[in-house]
Amino acid sequence: MNKSNLFLTAAVGLMVWSGAAQAQFTDNKVKIGVLTDLSGTYSDLAGQGSIEAAKLAIEDFGGKVAGVPIELVTADHQNKGDIGSAIARKWYESDGVDAIFDLVTSSVGIAVREVSKEKGKIDVNSGAGTSALTNDKCSPTGFHWAYDTYALANGTGNAVVKQGGDTWFFLTADYTFGQNMQAQTERVIKVNGGKVLGAVKHPFPNADFSSFLMQAQSSNAKIIGLANSGSDTINAIKQAKEFGITQSGQQLAALLVFITDVHSMGLDVAQKMLLTTGYYWDMDDPSRAFAKRFAAHMNGKMPTMVQAGVYSSVRHYLRAIEAAKTDDGPKVADKMRELPIVDFFAKNGHLRPDGRMVHDMYLVQVKTPQESKVPWDYYKVLRTIPGDEAYQPLSESTCPLVKK
Amino acid sequence: MPTVFGIPMAALFGQVVLGCVNGAFYALLSLGLALIFGLLNVINFAHGALYMMGAFAAWLLLGYAGIGYWGSLILAPLIVALIAGLIERLLLSHLYKLDHLYGLLLTFGLALLLEGLFRQQFGVSGLPYAVPPELQGVWNLGFMILPIYRGWVVAVSVVVCVSIWALIEKTKLGAILRAATENPTLLAAFGVNVPLLMTATFCLGAALAGLSGVLAAPIYSVNPLMGSNLIIVVFAVVVIGGMGSIMGAVVTGFALGLIEGLCKVFVPQVTATAVFVIMAIVLLVRPAGLFGKRR
Amino acid sequence: MQLSRQTLFTLALLLIGLVLPHFVYPVFLMKGLCFALFASAFDLLLGHVGLLSFGHAMFFGFAGYVTAHAAREWALSPELSILLGVLTATLLGLVTGWLAIRRQGIYFAMVTLALAQMMYFVAVEAPFTHGEDGIQGVPRGLLFGLIPLNDPLAIYYTVLAIFVLGLALIHRVVQSPFGQVLKAIRDNEPRAISLGYRVDQYKLLAFVLSAGISGLAGSVKALVFQLASLTDVHWHASGEVVLMTLLGGGGTLFGPTLGAFVVVIIQNSLAEAGSWVTIIQGAIFVLCVLAFRRGIVGTLSPWFAKIGIKV
Repeated sequence: MNKSNLFLTAAVGLMVWSGAAQAQFTDNKVKIGVLTDLSGTYSDLAGQGSIEAAKLAIEDFGGKVAGVPIELVTADHQNKGDIGSAIARKWYESDGVDAIFDLVTSSVGIAVREVSKEKGKIDVNSGAGTSALTNDKCSPTGFHWAYDTYALANGTGNAVVKQGGDTWFFLTADYTFGQNMQAQTERVIKVNGGKVLGAVKHPFPNADFSSFLMQAQSSNAKIIGLANSGSDTINAIKQAKEFGITQSGQQLAALLVFITDVHSMGLDVAQKMLLTTGYYWDMDDPSRAFAKRFAAHMNGKMPTMVQAGVYSSVRHYLRAIEAAKTDDGPKVADKMRELPIVDFFAKNGHLRPDGRMVHDMYLVQVKTPQESKVPWDYYKVLRTIPGDEAYQPLSESTCPLVKK
Repeated sequence: MPTVFGIPMAALFGQVVLGCVNGAFYALLSLGLALIFGLLNVINFAHGALYMMGAFAAWLLLGYAGIGYWGSLILAPLIVALIAGLIERLLLSHLYKLDHLYGLLLTFGLALLLEGLFRQQFGVSGLPYAVPPELQGVWNLGFMILPIYRGWVVAVSVVVCVSIWALIEKTKLGAILRAATENPTLLAAFGVNVPLLMTATFCLGAALAGLSGVLAAPIYSVNPLMGSNLIIVVFAVVVIGGMGSIMGAVVTGFALGLIEGLCKVFVPQVTATAVFVIMAIVLLVRPAGLFGKRR
Repeated sequence: MQLSRQTLFTLALLLIGLVLPHFVYPVFLMKGLCFALFASAFDLLLGHVGLLSFGHAMFFGFAGYVTAHAAREWALSPELSILLGVLTATLLGLVTGWLAIRRQGIYFAMVTLALAQMMYFVAVEAPFTHGEDGIQGVPRGLLFGLIPLNDPLAIYYTVLAIFVLGLALIHRVVQSPFGQVLKAIRDNEPRAISLGYRVDQYKLLAFVLSAGISGLAGSVKALVFQLASLTDVHWHASGEVVLMTLLGGGGTLFGPTLGAFVVVIIQNSLAEAGSWVTIIQGAIFVLCVLAFRRGIVGTLSPWFAKIGIKV
């Protein structure tokens, strides 16, 4: 860049800056970041699909909100907290990003939450599971959208114990999500009169589960609880079959399963499994309509609850900006809490002071190969769990923003 | 159920058997490293990448040429050996006159390059590779269910290791190889083509890595990063066994697999560190390694 | 006063360092400075003693963990947290160095690599490192109870000052009689032994110094990024610092710094392009080893020497 250009840019920058002060928009646009796993074990359940979902939401606004253009930036955090937080910091400090979405995997979710909180910027997490996001790590500008470990433990844990699975052994992914998932399922088991016989932590991600499964087998627990996700869950289930663990009477309870996991395992392996989800594409007309639009961009793949959650959260964020006429983090966050969330994803959703988006969850069972009629026809919905029952009661939250 | 130190026997035997399976991989990989180091004085950091490429070769042969497991068991090591031959001739051979550290640095760079390329092409979530139909099914050992395929891996590893040992200790070719390790200049004076011998040795070591990769494909999913953490453990195995010692590499490989298995039963937290602690102790007591000669 | 060309050159570099944060994103510069100090500390061993350590990430990463833990859990001031981090790295250097200097050349590289991998698994398992999550949200605090490090420029100038002091220390060590003995060991170890130098003690001291300064770099990085994670103890980090030194030029004053900045720039510009960073790093490695063993600064240094500047 030559000298006169530099001055020109500086001058334009100044004008933009002073102009923005009146219109309440920094740099005269709304810049949205989708920070996700584009290459790793979660790239199927979030990844490119989350980016497409965000694009669909922006498309529905015609690319503009409150008179300013919407811009989308994306990056791959490789499931590493340090990479994620470095990108978030750069986005906020030097690229003018106003809000970050998706944020799959808990370690990245928490790392970015710290940065967003410090900068007063909005982060809406649809991908990560840990309920710490709405407890110790809660933020006035941070939201947790699609699901969390508490709701999963509540849904699946309850159902399994009630079917007679009252002694458990856990295979736990050794990071926030896994530990959180295990602790909360243990709570549900104990409340229902069940017992936890032991647990083993495995590295994340992990390929060979044989020795961990051997430990689980010698515990003689009725249920082997899988407090992990993505390819770890798939590998553990496949290898349990290989080592004859399921044949010898022990059952597996996978606590976090996405529809893409079922797809890659195949119904033959996954059939009859119980799981809890925040969204299923074949639920009703609005959810099918979104799934159809999504699939058209994604080679026929159906959206997961994470990807659907990204659409729903970006849409709600943009609606709040439209109403608040600013992209200022705390003001938009207030507006987001004020407006109800009604779309195909959340029939009657609302945001609580701890940042939790409360919406209905579904207990589903995976169909057998005979029951499945069309591609991606995988779930039978057994029960709708009302949002207030599914999620941690506000009174139990350790979030300092909750007034008691 | 009978117990030992409060641990059920079944669990103990189960972990020992699984340890043997891991040991089979350690032995094959460290054998290849030891062969290469013995003659070329190169620590082959790219060994993990070659192992990974063996698995990918099997996966690609199946997907694009319809060649199944049994064909891959022969072809994939050959492909890997061919690539390794090119690497040795085109790159590595220019460094023999320099400090041996440059060989380590070059292969480190190659490992990054190869792993990066495969990651870019195939992602890191792992690609499935099925167990061949002939080896599907399980053996009921009483204390555990052992998938037949894992037993097969141990058998192949033992047979290959013993054959290589016999090749080096009992044949004329082996005698030349041993002589070249001791004094390459003298051997060249006898009219032996030492550079060719070096290339052949590098290819043989690489082929062993490729073979391990094919064996591993049905157990661990085929993944660009499958070799990158394994290789450091295998380095430690080579140091413990004595760098360049064939016997040391094989025995230590299996022994470490077993020790890891036992660790998983008694003190699971230290499993990952055990091998390195053992290495530190061996270095203190016998700096040349358990089977190594002091150089 | 007559300033020598060398002084002018150094002052010019310093001036660039002082004004740069007004033009370039400071966090990026600080990342470069941390790695530059790390690479310079590493080069103290490679370039000046001829020892290739393949496990320096353990000092860099572990010091980061201790600093992060001290600042976050014990609410210590930044200077104390950094001090604790440096002490940890120094002690770790003493123990691992004592083991590693028993072997030379390739063996030394392998032993340091294996010890570092052991420390990596310790970091994975130990509760205080928080495993995969790392220690996050580390407060930067008030330096000496006065300077708020949350201000981007304040922390930048602090990091710059630490970097300059660290580099000056390394330079001083290399020029000292101690440094001359190290060079003698590098060039001909048996001769140094026959001259009556207790070579092992010299090597160990150099190793500990290098570990301590690497720890300083790691501690500062933990405060800059407000987190400590497994990435910095992984063997990839050990390999990266070798690359930086090799690329910039080992055994030179500014080589490791230049190499570090080039590598960080590559990482930064390709951050969104997935695996290309690894591929390019691998390719640079191969090129450097085959055809460019003296590095950038090593290649340019005769040219600089002509105009009276030692780089």
